[in-house]
Amino acid sequence: MAMNNQGRDSTPHAVTVDGEFVTFTGNKALQQEEALIFELDNPGAVGVDLEAPVTTKTRLGGVKTRASVGLPSLAEPDVVRHYTRLSQKNFAIDTTMYPLGSCTMKHNPRLNEKMARLPGFSDIHPLQPVETVQGALELIDQLAHWLKTLTGMPAIAMSPGAGAHGELCGLMSIHAALDARGESHRRRVLVPESAHGTNPATAAFCGFTVDTIPAEENGRVSVEAVKAKLGDDVACIMLTNPNTCGLFEPQIREIADAVHAAGGYFYCDGANYNAIVGRVRPADLGVDAMHINLHKTFSTPHGGGGPGSGPVVLSDALAPYAPLPFVVHGKNGFDLVEQAADAKGAKPFGRLKGFHGQMGMFVRALAYILSHGADGLRQVASDAVLNANYVLASLKDVMSASFDGPCMHEALFDDRFLKGTGVTPLDFAKAMIDEGYHPMTMYFPLVVHGALLIEPTETESKQTLDRFIATMRHLAEKAKAGDLAHFQASPRLTPRKRLDETQAARKPVLRWVKPAVPASAPVGVAQAAE
Amino acid sequence: MTIRFTNDHEWIKLDGDIATVGITDYAQQALGDVVFVEVPEAGRHLTKGKDAAVVESVKAASEVYAPVDGTVVEGNVALADEPSLVNTDPEGAGWFFKMKIKDMAHFEALLDEAAYKSFIAGL
Amino acid sequence: MRYLPLTETDRSAMLATIGVDSVDALFRDVPEQARLKGPIAGLSNHMGELAVERHLSRLAAKNVTASSVPFFIGGGAYKHHVPASVDQTLLRGEFLTSYTPYQPEVTQGTLQYLFEFQTQVALLTGMDVANASMYDGATGTAEAVLMAARINKRNKVILSGGLHPHYREVVETTCGVMGMDIRAQAPDWKNAEDLTALIDGETACIVVQTPSLFGHLRDFTALCDAAHAKGTLVIVVVTEVVSLGLLTPPGEMGADIVVCEGQSIGNGLNFGGPYVGLFATRDKYVRQMPGRLCGQTVDADGKRGFVLTLSTREQHIRREKATSNICTNSGLCALAFTIHLSLLGEQGLTKLARVNHANAVTLADKLEAVKGVKIVNDGFFNEFTVKLPKKAAKVLSKLAERGILAGVPVSRFYPEMDGLEDLLLVASTEVNSLEDMDALVRGLEEVL
Repeated sequence: MAMNNQGRDSTPHAVTVDGEFVTFTGNKALQQEEALIFELDNPGAVGVDLEAPVTTKTRLGGVKTRASVGLPSLAEPDVVRHYTRLSQKNFAIDTTMYPLGSCTMKHNPRLNEKMARLPGFSDIHPLQPVETVQGALELIDQLAHWLKTLTGMPAIAMSPGAGAHGELCGLMSIHAALDARGESHRRRVLVPESAHGTNPATAAFCGFTVDTIPAEENGRVSVEAVKAKLGDDVACIMLTNPNTCGLFEPQIREIADAVHAAGGYFYCDGANYNAIVGRVRPADLGVDAMHINLHKTFSTPHGGGGPGSGPVVLSDALAPYAPLPFVVHGKNGFDLVEQAADAKGAKPFGRLKGFHGQMGMFVRALAYILSHGADGLRQVASDAVLNANYVLASLKDVMSASFDGPCMHEALFDDRFLKGTGVTPLDFAKAMIDEGYHPMTMYFPLVVHGALLIEPTETESKQTLDRFIATMRHLAEKAKAGDLAHFQASPRLTPRKRLDETQAARKPVLRWVKPAVPASAPVGVAQAAE
Repeated sequence: MTIRFTNDHEWIKLDGDIATVGITDYAQQALGDVVFVEVPEAGRHLTKGKDAAVVESVKAASEVYAPVDGTVVEGNVALADEPSLVNTDPEGAGWFFKMKIKDMAHFEALLDEAAYKSFIAGL
Repeated sequence: MRYLPLTETDRSAMLATIGVDSVDALFRDVPEQARLKGPIAGLSNHMGELAVERHLSRLAAKNVTASSVPFFIGGGAYKHHVPASVDQTLLRGEFLTSYTPYQPEVTQGTLQYLFEFQTQVALLTGMDVANASMYDGATGTAEAVLMAARINKRNKVILSGGLHPHYREVVETTCGVMGMDIRAQAPDWKNAEDLTALIDGETACIVVQTPSLFGHLRDFTALCDAAHAKGTLVIVVVTEVVSLGLLTPPGEMGADIVVCEGQSIGNGLNFGGPYVGLFATRDKYVRQMPGRLCGQTVDADGKRGFVLTLSTREQHIRREKATSNICTNSGLCALAFTIHLSLLGEQGLTKLARVNHANAVTLADKLEAVKGVKIVNDGFFNEFTVKLPKKAAKVLSKLAERGILAGVPVSRFYPEMDGLEDLLLVASTEVNSLEDMDALVRGLEEVL
């Protein structure tokens, strides 16, 4: 055996298959293959030391106990290593630019995490006596104050658990307000075709019918198109502004006025609030209700899909219908209104969530807001819009921009620049992965063909943007040069190549099932679940 | 056997007073790999233009509308286990349901093969 | 500003590339009267880390933390010990700052833990399949009711009087707006209700809870049989998921849908959120299930991998025909749940459940020795109802003044209802020492 001067084996044992370097383990150095936790079962091991029960007496009232659960057993080091290895298979904002349009993937400050973990916030129970949680109620009140002031709106409902839940809150408020006006016949909701899918889904969920407004050639909604749909059965319009094409709706005031004149309300989808925070107050645009995704504009972590938080600001007309519970200023400090009977003249439409809202996210959002302040938040919107326009201006000669600039916080391209190359937006995105970038949003919005929606956010530096732009230009030119094979085989360097989604959907395997005989196949090799 | 088509890319084959309904080759190509099909149960009354069945690919879900008024006599249960039949044999084994037509005039008024071909040529 | 990397030099250069002379020019589509000229008035300007920490720490210090006092509050959220490695692992940036795994090649980490989570939830509840989580137990319950109505196309819902009142309210609010006929039963603190007689051919589903709000344990096997005979679905709610380490899972009783609040495993109290809803059902109902689902498949080389699947049920594709408007799960809370349950394993979970029950039994025995105090329950897991000789809310306040957080007065949930004023819900988990229990006993003896 040949040894190098540090005494380590230097003979290459690994072989190559089809020219590709293959290791004995299937691992690729830092990229570790990792079995399911159930396959790592080490019977007898335990990852938590618990003291013995203080008594063996039971008071179960005669109900039966279970024989077993079927969970695997592992010691702590193996659990920590397992999940750490899994983490290494993810792209994240911490490791790469993540220009996912309409998702606002900005830096998540760690101060926010530290603050949310203060025991004074993380170790308090929602049903403690209010005297023992005055600081928590004050924090909710302070965040509510900031959000109301930033948006110019008089009221806010804090409890919704995510953006879509906030939409539900807004539409239920509108539903309740219409009922209170004796206008329960207003059940039609106007939704532009460029809207997020949640908008029509939410409207339908509340028992409304959805009427689609076509987009104009320039990606905007026109006041004429809205007026053509108005009538005395219209409950509200749901409009995203800036819209999903990354454009500000210039006729927004006229649209709001027309909807109000027709007796309807204006629900604004606040998903893209990052573009205008601190520079434009939605109240000045005629908004009656708008949800704020704290996990977008206010940097609470996306966490691989939640938890989110979606407070909803409300106009005076809708404020009385805000759901329970809510914080009020009482005689002896802050108080929590949990029952309609205590709501003092208000008529809450009900309750949306188990307890008071996503407190952990409120702490993070307030830490973010205080860190930026009114001046910093204004700069957030300015830099977000500047970065998007810089990307648009730097790429529009090689990629096809869907609309003339300026854009707001995201730049929309479509697949015209790929015409004749055979490369699809999906192929293009997968090639970005090998270059170390998370893809942009693809095929959304639906109003342009083969959409590629880039949202850089304000937390990317010019250096990062310049590298990104250079990479996009390189890939666009490569596609135009006819290197179709490169794109279709992408990504090559990820832990898994393209996955078979058809098989996943045709024969769904949604859980692990213990094999009848111990699996002999090596880790990472496909095996039947049953 | 007479065949008719709709602008929603369904075909309807008439055999006696029973019509078999499915989606066209053009439609299955546009959808991509079909992963799930929900067909109506026998006895259900269908109204022209209203939902009759659902077809899903990985990324898209579409309603299949009733081409004419009538009553379902049979749904294609084979599609539950083998939705891929819609891709491999859309106008044969991949049929969706059979129905009894209420008014034959409505059937006659649908597109004939030439009209459908020119319709998709214009898309 | 520490989070904004652009310098003034960068900004000037970028504006030149764009071909405008100021950022204001990029906002030209905003109506003139809606453009603010400077920072919004009445709000403070940016702060350094130290100042923010100071501000928030002051607020935090005004709260009494659960760990700092003898603590017996439950009522749908439970104080448990979460191992340090749970939080330390989920704080990895690759978990914390990743997005929904729509690009599976670069999110196998998230997808694999979701697959593990789904399997764990199915095992715990005794069901076939579970989704990738809901916002919380209450919203999950409302979604379950809507799912049942989609399955049997019926409109009537019966809610047990043992169901957590907040869950009842969320169902009434969410399903009420859909026009469903919701029949909520009176609070069942005596564990006397029999719902069988209420089920008829119009009933979409019946929602029951074990342990109930009042801590009672129920076997729903007979109820499930009776419901199924009428085509009615049974939704079983579990708000204390640690109980599933000891008790017969709802799946074995015949439940059609099981919804749990998963906070107890992996997640802190956090003043009520974020929490994590567990949602499990039978194979045959998978396509009517709301929420995200992760499924196993293979990649182009035939290697096992994971993807989000059956997404055509969801809002971004079905739009107004979606099964739900939900477009997120409770990712990090689900991850915390998964890591904690992996650490516990079979042996640890069973033992944790037994320790919880043993502590509750010990506390109940001690409280029963206090004059005038009665335990209402025949059986319970780690929470039970205590009948006091005085109003529970008053007793609770006096104990709070003595630094003991003794439980939840039932009147907090039902302030307008007579006959419940003297009931107190008391929970005891593995965090309670014998000293804590004795402090509660002494406190009660003083204030009663």
